[in-house]
Amino acid sequence: MSLLEIKNLHARVEEQEILKGVDLIINPGEIHAIMGPNGSGKSTLAQVLAGKEDYEVTEGEILYKGEDLLEMAPEERAREGIFMAFQYPVEIPGVSNVYFLKAALNAIRTHRGLEEMDAMDFLVYVREKMKVVKMDEALLNRPVNEGFSGGEKKRNEIFHMSVLDPVLAVLDETDSGLDIDALKIVADGVNSLRSEDRAFLVITHYQRLLNYIVPDVVHVLIDGRIVRSGGKELAFELEDKGYAWLEEPLGAGEPVGA
Amino acid sequence: MAPSDTELLEQHVDQKYEAGFVTEVETETFAPGLDEDVIRRISELKGEPDWMLDWRLKAFQHWQTLTEPTWANIEYEPVDYQAISYYSAPKSKQDGPQSLDEVDPEILRTYEKLGIPLQEQKMLAGIAVDAVFDSVSVATTFREKLADAGVIFCPISEAIREHPELVKKHLGTVVPYSDNFFAALNSAVFSDGSFVYVPKGVRCPMELSTYFRINAPNTGQFERTLIIAEEGSYVSYLEGCTAPMRDENQLHAAVVELYAGEEAQIKYSTVQNWYPGDPETGVGGIFNFVTKRGLAAGRRSKISWTQVETGSSITWKYPSCILKGDESVGEFYSVALSKGRQQADTGTKMIHVGKNTTSTIISKGISAGHGQNTYRGAVKILSGADNSRNFSQCDSMLIGDQCGAHTFPYIDVQSPSAQMEHEASTSKIGEDQVFYCNQRGIDTEDAVSMIVNGFCKEVFNELPMEFAVEARKLLEISLEGSVG
Ligand SMILES: Nc1ncnc2c1ncn2[C@@H]1O[C@H](COP(=O)(O)OP(=O)(O)O)[C@@H](O)[C@H]1O
Ligand SMILES: [Mg+2]
Repeated sequence: MSLLEIKNLHARVEEQEILKGVDLIINPGEIHAIMGPNGSGKSTLAQVLAGKEDYEVTEGEILYKGEDLLEMAPEERAREGIFMAFQYPVEIPGVSNVYFLKAALNAIRTHRGLEEMDAMDFLVYVREKMKVVKMDEALLNRPVNEGFSGGEKKRNEIFHMSVLDPVLAVLDETDSGLDIDALKIVADGVNSLRSEDRAFLVITHYQRLLNYIVPDVVHVLIDGRIVRSGGKELAFELEDKGYAWLEEPLGAGEPVGA
Repeated sequence: MAPSDTELLEQHVDQKYEAGFVTEVETETFAPGLDEDVIRRISELKGEPDWMLDWRLKAFQHWQTLTEPTWANIEYEPVDYQAISYYSAPKSKQDGPQSLDEVDPEILRTYEKLGIPLQEQKMLAGIAVDAVFDSVSVATTFREKLADAGVIFCPISEAIREHPELVKKHLGTVVPYSDNFFAALNSAVFSDGSFVYVPKGVRCPMELSTYFRINAPNTGQFERTLIIAEEGSYVSYLEGCTAPMRDENQLHAAVVELYAGEEAQIKYSTVQNWYPGDPETGVGGIFNFVTKRGLAAGRRSKISWTQVETGSSITWKYPSCILKGDESVGEFYSVALSKGRQQADTGTKMIHVGKNTTSTIISKGISAGHGQNTYRGAVKILSGADNSRNFSQCDSMLIGDQCGAHTFPYIDVQSPSAQMEHEASTSKIGEDQVFYCNQRGIDTEDAVSMIVNGFCKEVFNELPMEFAVEARKLLEISLEGSVG
């Protein structure tokens, strides 16, 4: 059974249709990349998967582990293993990163029938995970994302991901705004979590991330539709040619006759 | 060798009265109404000296010339002061609930969440408890320790009899009976309250808590507290209790006076959780009109107020500091939560008189449901108060869209060298923040309580450790069901 199955997904926000029939199948162990120009609906797709209320699904369905994902509350989805690394992570003043993560992990563990982790065990566990993303220990005790630099925020998202051990991780432009070193750290984090029962949906604007996280499938999303899917070569092609050649329906725009 | 349980029990039974935590009073409740005769009878019942009665009568005469203030941003049915009974004896066993089975299950649930031991639950719920062994023995041990240090901590009625010179010297000097309508009323009819005296150079060996004055029934209504910290001393005082206490009096008008001598420091922390009234109608909630003021009298005196106000239907309260001594310091840290039909109008007044005086105001207002939260603060820097500084930060958080937050900061600076810094913010609890938490597996209720607790952190940090933990839990419980 596939892990995620999106069928003919239409979604809108404030009366405006953004997703206009998206189909996508992701199997366990796979890494899918979604590329596309700004405003094409990439974040919208991610937010719909995570369950953000502002986005109204008007048509189509999403099956996650064979179940109707759209029926599930956002926290339920998270507990069932969906993780989204936000394009713009929010700040939560006064709530320390470590406290937040412990609450999150324990909510997830309880849901999965596991015992809650106590503070000591959690600290040991978390320190291990921090190494993966080369997080500064100081960021553990600072309020969630407050005063973090852009790069720190993105790295913090990957850190959260590694702590929460998701089944399906959606990364929304986690690479944007990162220098090459930070990019590598993020990629290392993802690669270290690669496993045959975990899948990734990596949303990116640039091909360069895909040098480090090698996808199994690349999709191109334009104007709310996946207009092309292919292997990792597709990313290079996009790098060379941009998106314009895909924006018009196949065959259109070519001079006919004359 | 440790004394046996029976010995301890006997000891505690003996010492209970000696400890002064139970004052002998007649089992009598006055008929409603207020006149000089009522005041004379209160004074007599308490065995007060003449000067005390005279003071009460003067306060009463003055009160009669006053009208209730209306400037606060609160709305309530007018109080009929002649319909209130100004003295009610402790409930006899038969009057209160006989067992926990008769207590509102909602209240019991709160006790449980706060982790309050069974015996204390009974006591708080107003069930007559013969021996609250743990608390009383603890209180007794504490008292011995305090006595060794020379600290006096007793009901104010006892202090009036036993330490008249101290009470006479300070009572009404920080909050005169003429201060305001409610202070005048309190001065005329106050029932009881706490008295603390810390001698020169003494660091009070423990946090003092009204919690240990476990059986002072019906002192909540017109409570009067006086704390005196002599030169170079230190005391931390905790008022209130996170558990909702049973109280049938709707009107509360307390007065708290603090006196800090040169280099003395008083830290006064409050957790107020009186009944907020029916969440739909507000009916039955406590009206809490409190006057609290501290005098930082000497050089480098310091007074610090920290309050967590989650209860009452109406809160009218402005713990203030008069910074008279040079280099004296005043602080006010406040969390006020209004939900249901609650209305809170609270803040502080910092009056800078001495040179190089400093004040800090951190106010966090949270409004949910139909709650209305007002911050009202005044900072006054008088002309002689050279190089004085104030920092104010007033943040409001709204949960839902039917509640309100209001901020009225008054500033009056008469010294050109003063430095003022004011920050204010109002935020709606961010849907994005809640969603971020949801996305990490945290449900909305937990998310809101986490975000609100984070919002209040600077204030909670000022509370003594144990109180902070309780305050956090309390806020969590208070917020339950306030998000859809
Ligand atoms: N919350 C929102 N409110 C209004 N418009 C939105 C909202 N989110 C996205 N949009 C609009 O939907 C379109 C797609 O946005 P988005 O999914 O963020 O694209 P991408 O991530 O591919 O850049 C854009 O035109 C954007 O302005
Ligand atoms: Mg985007």
